[in-house]
Amino acid sequence: MKSGSNLEKVLRAGHFAFTGELGPPRGTTAEEIVEKCEHLKGMVDAVNITDNQTAVVRMASWAACLILIQEGLEPNFQMVCRDRNRLAMQADILGAYTHGVRNMLCLTGDHCMFGDHPDAMGVFDIDSIQLINMVKTMRDEGKFQTGADIEDPPKIFIGAAANPFAEPYEWRVHRLDKKIEAGVDFIQTQCIYNMDRFRKWIEQANDMGLTEKVYILAGVTPMKNVGMARYMQKKVPGIEVPEDLIDRLKGVGKKQVAEEGIKIACEQVEEFKEMKGVHGVHMMAIEWEHKVPQIAEQAKVLPRPQID
Amino acid sequence: MIVAERKPFEEIKEMLKGYKKVLSVGCGTCVAVCLTGGEKEVAVLNAELDMARKLEEDPIELGAATIERQCDREYLEVLDEMVKPYEALLSMACGAGIQFLAERYPDKPVLPAVDTTFIGVNQDVGWYEERCRSCSACVLAWTGGICPVTMCAKGLYNGPCGGTDQGKCEISQDQPCAWFEIYGRLAGQDRLDLIKRFYAIVPWKNQKPRTLIQPGYKKPEQAK
Repeated sequence: MKSGSNLEKVLRAGHFAFTGELGPPRGTTAEEIVEKCEHLKGMVDAVNITDNQTAVVRMASWAACLILIQEGLEPNFQMVCRDRNRLAMQADILGAYTHGVRNMLCLTGDHCMFGDHPDAMGVFDIDSIQLINMVKTMRDEGKFQTGADIEDPPKIFIGAAANPFAEPYEWRVHRLDKKIEAGVDFIQTQCIYNMDRFRKWIEQANDMGLTEKVYILAGVTPMKNVGMARYMQKKVPGIEVPEDLIDRLKGVGKKQVAEEGIKIACEQVEEFKEMKGVHGVHMMAIEWEHKVPQIAEQAKVLPRPQID
Repeated sequence: MIVAERKPFEEIKEMLKGYKKVLSVGCGTCVAVCLTGGEKEVAVLNAELDMARKLEEDPIELGAATIERQCDREYLEVLDEMVKPYEALLSMACGAGIQFLAERYPDKPVLPAVDTTFIGVNQDVGWYEERCRSCSACVLAWTGGICPVTMCAKGLYNGPCGGTDQGKCEISQDQPCAWFEIYGRLAGQDRLDLIKRFYAIVPWKNQKPRTLIQPGYKKPEQAK
């Protein structure tokens, strides 16, 4: 065991993992997190806690992680390279681990211009692949970036993102390979809507033997309505929404669109369960945490495995 | 070259408030080439300031001098006598030139009339683009001659990130994705192996003021 996290145990035991996501509040209301946690308990193996998602200030990811731990859920601490330099990152890793955080997702982060402080300096002291390697060096060698020893090194299960839908497509598996070389343990992909493109990517990853070196969790976000689908299609960088998916949502009565969105997501989960090289699903029900029990039920991923 | 942009007129006017006799100092090198702070631009700025202050019934006496380079002592020397009668100096050089001018005349207020913008190239007359952040550790050998530190909005060493959008950067459809271009150029040269390897964390060399002394040369105090 590299970290002994629940997510690591589930994946190592060969189960199909199911992870969720939770965005911290834009304020100090812990109750908001606690309420979201209620919907996720028993439904997922770990919960990603976003880090100033879309460059908008929120409660610190590590702080929200601690509330999850108090609530009995396992957090996946997301860390972006945009807001901290290597000192702050290593310090936060030590602090989060000390308080019980065992999973991390290492991300580049959206550019500041997307968020609520568009004129802020983007730090980017290191990039996401270098961050992976930094966490691995801390864990496996017990060393800071300067080479100095860490007392009781943090044992973190190291995650990263992958986007099969950003050009150049043929490059994406090589980027995955670089993340593996840097030391990543698991991958959570960008939201998948174009299944053809994803099948090609995973096939390439299988052919290169990459899916034997890293756990892949396919990213799924159910569409709540047609407006959301259009927004994702037009506005969100790196997300590809095929027109026939929007047609399918439009094809049902207005009141049924949300149910249709969930149905599509569950069909995706069913396919991922059978897909070679996919080891689980990362369900990003954005501001829809209360729907996760229904989604988990409908996607037949319950009960979640309990491993000691 | 170093590219600079003239400050908004109102900002310059505000800086000069209270001064009655100011010498505007242009620079004949980079900022002249990019049409910001050469002899002609000094004349234009002085004319605008002269008119604005007359309209406000608060006239100002403006002198003009453009030297070859404000970042070079050899050229600054000619100003030594000239600056004496003036209350303040308004420099149209880059930030380096402005500071060297201020260093030479420490009892004179030296004010910047331009914002130094970037090290860039001349795409066409009046059209300049940034190309270098002077990081002191050039990687162009393995990035196909395209600088990821400057041209990638996140300065990534292991790009492209997931925000590449049809060859454009996530920040704007007008901004090409540097890593998309690096990939394309290296693919064309059959050199993709260069970026398949993991590039480790960078020891930044630009986090403190830098000095360069060429081999065989010394600082004056060392030479003594």
